Amino acid sequence: MKAILGIPMAFLKLFYQSIYLALGQIWANKARSILTTTGIVIGVASVTSVIAALTGLKANVLSNFESLGTNKIFISPHRPREGRFKSASWRLIRFRPEIFEGLKERCPSIDDHTLMAEGSEAVHYGVESIDSARVYGINPSWHRIENRSVVMGRPFTLMDEENGWQVCLITPKVRDELRMDRNCIGKRIVVGQRSFTIVGVVEQRVESSMFGGMGSSQEVFIPFPTAWKLWGPWTWMYAIASCRKPELSAEAQAELRFFLRQTRRLGPGDPDTFRLEVIEEYLKQFNTVAKTTTAIAGGVVGISLLVGGIGIMNIMLVSVSERTREIGLRKAVGARPAAILFQFLVESVVLCLFGGLIGAGCGQLLTELIAKIPGAALDKAYIPLWALGLSFGFAAATGVFFGMFPAIKAARLDPIEALRHE
Amino acid sequence: MSTTSNAPATPTPHSRIVIRLDNVTRVYKVGVERIHALDGVSLELHQNEYVAVMGPSGSGKSTLMNLLGCLDRCTSGVYELDGYDTTRLGAGGLAHIRNTRIGFVFQSFELMGRSSALKNVEMPLIYSRDGWWSRHKRARQMLERVGLADRVKHRPNQLSGGEKQRVAIARALVCNPSILLADEPTGNLDSKTSEDILRLFDQLHAEGQTIVLVTHEESVARHAKRVIRMMDGRIFTDLSSEEDQAQRAAMAEHFGEVLK
Repeated sequence: MKAILGIPMAFLKLFYQSIYLALGQIWANKARSILTTTGIVIGVASVTSVIAALTGLKANVLSNFESLGTNKIFISPHRPREGRFKSASWRLIRFRPEIFEGLKERCPSIDDHTLMAEGSEAVHYGVESIDSARVYGINPSWHRIENRSVVMGRPFTLMDEENGWQVCLITPKVRDELRMDRNCIGKRIVVGQRSFTIVGVVEQRVESSMFGGMGSSQEVFIPFPTAWKLWGPWTWMYAIASCRKPELSAEAQAELRFFLRQTRRLGPGDPDTFRLEVIEEYLKQFNTVAKTTTAIAGGVVGISLLVGGIGIMNIMLVSVSERTREIGLRKAVGARPAAILFQFLVESVVLCLFGGLIGAGCGQLLTELIAKIPGAALDKAYIPLWALGLSFGFAAATGVFFGMFPAIKAARLDPIEALRHE
Repeated sequence: MSTTSNAPATPTPHSRIVIRLDNVTRVYKVGVERIHALDGVSLELHQNEYVAVMGPSGSGKSTLMNLLGCLDRCTSGVYELDGYDTTRLGAGGLAHIRNTRIGFVFQSFELMGRSSALKNVEMPLIYSRDGWWSRHKRARQMLERVGLADRVKHRPNQLSGGEKQRVAIARALVCNPSILLADEPTGNLDSKTSEDILRLFDQLHAEGQTIVLVTHEESVARHAKRVIRMMDGRIFTDLSSEEDQAQRAAMAEHFGEVLK
């Protein structure tokens, strides 16, 4: 029993013995210990704060993406790079409204879809005008898919589509630019060459700090059939579908693909002549990029930890050579080589961990400062737990790695030679 | 005129043998040259002996001390300490022997300047198997035994030379060693303090401690009960203190006549 307990007990004893000796030594050389750990402090502080900044950036971008909606699928025509449509004319590639007929019945995971036609037109009201407003042809389902309801008047209905009425919805921005009354319902504006009656005002697009400039908020909406008739088949036409649940995104895409391949009469070997795009795909891509960036930045800043580690090794070597006599004495009174090795190793590891602790504190302060930089979109910066663990682990590893050489040197000293050392 | 005496001058023949050296050699290689620092030394030391090892520099007495103290290993021969053969032990085993069975006192004290007397005396117990938890108590007791009960918290630079050597002796004794090895313990002390320290050794010997002392000085060797004189890596004479004195007197007379 005693023999079984002997080995772990001896190890435990070696451990607390080394910690006791190392702490004593660090305390005896306070000023030097603090200076030595500075390298590690700076290293850990910069690693943690850089990771915190990147994490904050990522959180910001993610929240911006989410404001765009994650269960929407954008369907657009696309000329494949190979296969039979490689050099097909745009006439074959472009969408026509007919290909979406029956989509709702054939794709059960799709909640709804809207055809979209997009153009840019001058808008006039009396003497006021807007040179180029975005004009969209939309289906009534657009309101639900884009989550933009009318704040005044009424949304589009099937009646507008079937009758091909010249009606339009505008944004408050357009109303203000054209200097119309607050209640502009029933007024007529000229879009392009034709006159449209305003039936409602649509709420402004959600402004996101990141993608604010992506689309102008001077938007005019007209029924899709009207737009199709107005601009003819050469207009840029695409569609937006929404799936029933975000989890069904993959299924919905598969169904859409199958459906579209059929309606576009693609053969089994032909590549798709359309493209399905999901915000989530972009999210995934962004996540990959963000991870790579974090790894690279962390690695680059990790070099400062390396420099700190070399500082530790240097000071440990100095410590070994100036304490040679003491090491000789310790050996003479019965310190085993392992005890000497552990004493120096634990000393360097404790120095590094101590540096890591202070560094993490400094990193936290830096992070709070970074979060306060105005206009840097880093207000969500925080140190993730894994970054703390990583930098602490790295600091400890630095201690072991760079402490090993001096510790082995100390453990191998010959006691007779060491006691003779001046 | 070689009067090598192999019969040890032991006061009590039935007491336990602490150290037994059998034809021990220690050869250093310096380049291609081989230096026989010890050249066939055989020796037996019994419990509670008080031995002085003397000899000119280069006679091998330091090498003998290093060997006896398990700091070094012999090239050939057998060294038994308390009946254990130490010749086959590794570095760890030797360290354990040094910790439990040997106490060192050095000429230059070798105290740790930053630590108090108590911490200095505690130091060997840190490395001992069972001394960890009782180290404060044992170190304090040992300081009392060497007469430094009121100097426990002092640092070495606040102590006189004699007090420093007392701390070193307390440190050497704190693990209850089988032998106390003192290498020129009075070499850095004035004659009055030397006498104090030697009286402490006498007292320890009276309490039953086995002591081996290396010295240059005849006045120091006179305190020992047995004197071993070395020359060229061999034991030259091994006599009891009285016999040694008598022989020296006779030699002085002889040489005196020759010189006349």
